Order: sequence, then C-alpha cells, then structure tokens
Amino acid sequence: MNSRSWVSIAAPIAMGLVFLAAWHAIVAINQIPSYILPGPLLVLETLLRDWNPLFHSLLITLRVTGSALLLAVLLGSLLSVLFVQSRLLEAALLPYAVILQVTPLVAIAPLIIIWVDDPFDALVICATVASIFPVIANTTVGLRSVDTGLVDLFRLYGASRTQVLVRLRIPSAAPYFFAGLRVATALALIGAVVAEFVAGTGGTRSGLAYQILQAGLQLKIPRLFAALLLITVTGIALFLVVSWLSRLALHRWHESELPQEK
Amino acid sequence: MTSPDTPPAAIDIRGASKTYPNGVRALEPIALTVRQGEFVTIVGPSGCGKSTLLRLIAGLSPSTAGSIVLSEGFSPPRLAYVFQSPTLMPWASVQANVRLPLDLAGMPRSDADEKTRHALELVGLQEFARSFPRELSGGMQMRVSIARALATEPRLLLMDEPFGALDEITRNRLDREFSELSARENLTVLFVTHSIYEAVFLSSRVLVMSPRPGRVHAEVNIDAPRPRRDSFRGTVKFATHSAQLSEMLGAVMSEAE
Repeated sequence: MNSRSWVSIAAPIAMGLVFLAAWHAIVAINQIPSYILPGPLLVLETLLRDWNPLFHSLLITLRVTGSALLLAVLLGSLLSVLFVQSRLLEAALLPYAVILQVTPLVAIAPLIIIWVDDPFDALVICATVASIFPVIANTTVGLRSVDTGLVDLFRLYGASRTQVLVRLRIPSAAPYFFAGLRVATALALIGAVVAEFVAGTGGTRSGLAYQILQAGLQLKIPRLFAALLLITVTGIALFLVVSWLSRLALHRWHESELPQEK
Repeated sequence: MTSPDTPPAAIDIRGASKTYPNGVRALEPIALTVRQGEFVTIVGPSGCGKSTLLRLIAGLSPSTAGSIVLSEGFSPPRLAYVFQSPTLMPWASVQANVRLPLDLAGMPRSDADEKTRHALELVGLQEFARSFPRELSGGMQMRVSIARALATEPRLLLMDEPFGALDEITRNRLDREFSELSARENLTVLFVTHSIYEAVFLSSRVLVMSPRPGRVHAEVNIDAPRPRRDSFRGTVKFATHSAQLSEMLGAVMSEAE
C-alpha cells in the first residue's frame, strides 16, 4: 500500500477521533445531561447493553432495504429494457415514473400503509418507490448510449435484436446502471427508515426507525443515538458493498473504476 | 479491361447514388467494378462520399438509386468491414472481440476459438488474446479490428481509413504488414484513405474522387507486383505515381473551391 492510500484511510479516522474527543469534552465540561446530549462513551455503552433488541431491529431494517433494492433493480431494469425496445411504451410510462419520483415519499407512505395489509410488505413498497427512479433513469440512458460503430458492426454481421440487447446494450449500460445503483442504495435505506417513521405503530414495530421513535418518546436519548449510529453504519456498509460490486464488474475496462495513474 | 484473362467481378456498382432525406447529395451516380483479387483504393478530400460508398456496398445504408451487385461469395459474412476507429467492445477481451462475428453467427465455441486463434496469429497478436482493448496501443487495437474482420475468412474487405488515426511510423508498418497479408490471403480489398502514399503503396488501382457531390474523377493503375516491401517507397514508380495522384487531387480540390 502506498503513502497516498494510507492518507486516504488515516485522514478520515483522525478526523473522526478529533470529533469524538471534542464531543466527549463538550459533554463532560458543560455537564450536559444525557437526556439532552449523551457522550460518545455512554452511546457505546448503551449500544452494547441493548445490543440484542437493536441488532434485531437492524436485521428488520436491512431486510426491508434489501428487498426494496432487489425489487427496484429487477423492476427498474426490466422497465428500462422495455423503454429501449419501444419508444411508445416509454412515452406512455415515463411521466408516471417521474410523478412517482417527485411526489415526496412521506406523502404517499401513509396511503400505502393503509392499503397494504402486511406491514413488512408496505415498508418494502415504500422503499422501492423511493429507490426505483435512479435505476430506471440511469439504465435507460445506458442502454441507449451505445457506440454507433458497434451498432453498424452488429448489423453487418446480422445480429438479432436479442443479440444486440444482450451483447451490446446491456454491457454498455453497466457503468450507468452501477452509478444508479449507488444512488438507489442510499435511497432504499432512507425510504425504509422514513416509511417506518410514517407508519409509527402501524408498521412492523421492530425496525431501527421504530427504535428511534420509541427511544425519543421515552427520552432514552443514548439509545436513540445508538440506533442512529447503526443506521449510519448500515448506510456506509451498503455503499461499500455496492462500490465493491461495481469495481468487480467494471475494473478491467471502464474509466470510472481504473486504478489511478501514478 | 476486357482481355480474356481478366478476373471476374467481385463488386459491380451501376449508377448507385445516395441522397440523404434532408436533401444532401452525398454521392452522384457512380459506376465501378472491383475485380476479384484487386486492391482498389479511393482517395479524395473529405465530403467526397468515400465512406458513403463503402456503407452502401456493405448494406449499412440503402442506396437511393442504381444497383450494387456483390458476386457470389463476396457478400456478408464473406464481406468484412474495418472502420475508421478500432470499434472494439471495451468490456470484452481481445479474444472475445475477434470472436464476435462468429458468436453472432452461432458457430460452435471450439470452432470459433480455433478461427479466432488463427485470425490473431495473422496480425501477430496471439499473445494478447486475454488483454483488454484499453491495455493496447492504438496500432494494436487496429490490428485487433483487422483480426476480427479476418475471423470470418472474408474474401472482400472494405476498409474506411483504418490507419488514419495512427502515427506515420506505425502506419507504414501496418501498411507493409497488410500488403503481405492481403496478397497471401488473396483478399479483394476496397480501401479508403486520405494519404496518397498509402494509396500508391498498397493498391493495384487508385480512384480519385471529387467532393460535393461525390463522383469518380480519375483512375490510376499501379502495376507493380504485390505484396510490396518498404523498398518500393524508394522507387521511381512510387514517386511518379505519387506525384501524378497529388496533381490530380490538387485539381479536384481547386475545382471544389
């Protein structure tokens, strides 16, 4: 590992330590009560003490996020492929995808939660609605961004529509798809949390957002912070997983994932 | 051209022309016969319809009028096209790029791999089969492109300024290699270039086209045996033909202005 990458790891860690130390100092010096702002050590202590219920909630939130992301990817990619095959279909459906995107999730979530009986399903639908648009938008652009020379080449050799789709359009779309997937991943987690907030006691009563809601009502602020920490860590972990997938798929050929020149 | 030992035609173009839907006349009705085993090069300024003509012959663009007849055994997949840029799939290895035409035709994998290996050998890139296009130089990428064209064992090769983007040293080397390759494989070639020297070095016959609207202005036979070596560039014949073509092209350019 060279010095550059050491810096890129050490610098944010040092920054984080400075922040934690300052946080600890401010709480200790001003003797701020823990129901206003708990110190970092108390948050950690709470996280360890309440690990079982919190971890259980984390798994629920992860399941909602994961299911929604999977659904968004499958449905979004399928729609993109249909859009590219038929301009008519795109013209008919795209405006509704946009409407779905620009309408705030908090405004639709209550309806979805009322209409869908199973609370888990309702949360998954909300998170899917929140995350599907970047998949559709990016993949559609990607499927269209095909080298015209390669299109000629495929035509010259008599490629079928399916061959053009599978061997040319889908690989061309991969970098765009992964860029969309990164955004969609963050949105799916946000969607899952927001939906659970909106659902309140009507939801699964078990995700991380519900923990935050409960902890807030009961003034268990250290626990609220612990749940918040878990959501953040989950978001970072999901981002890293998607980045890793993207690198795995693109590292040998696409500019965005090539190693930096020295 | 009518002697009894004249080889049969590979391409017979009778009055083919191209007018784009927006009214731009890209190509005046053109008459041209390319005989089997000939190496015909078209030179001319930009906008003279050279590329359009190749696209019409390959069937990538329909002609507005006239007819283009490809003789038996000279139409796709025995017709191959080498584009101006390497036009490789960046996500696929060199091997997979060269194998593409065979894959599209549904050839069994083992046969296709064998032909791919052979095509890469012809251009001297067998060691780079597993590399990716990005990892190769511009000249090597162009050779991959030629290998892909050769993979289907074509008899007719259409080449649209294939070496135009390369530096002169690389270009001269590829010209020499390609002169050998085309003669050994007995390819019929229709080649487009901006370079008079490249045209004289490679061809058995050079056509000079004039622009707006495109038409054939003059024709020069280069009657030296092929394949040609680098020493051909130092001969009187090479110099004479280069000067002759240069003059013709100059006349075409001033006429166009």
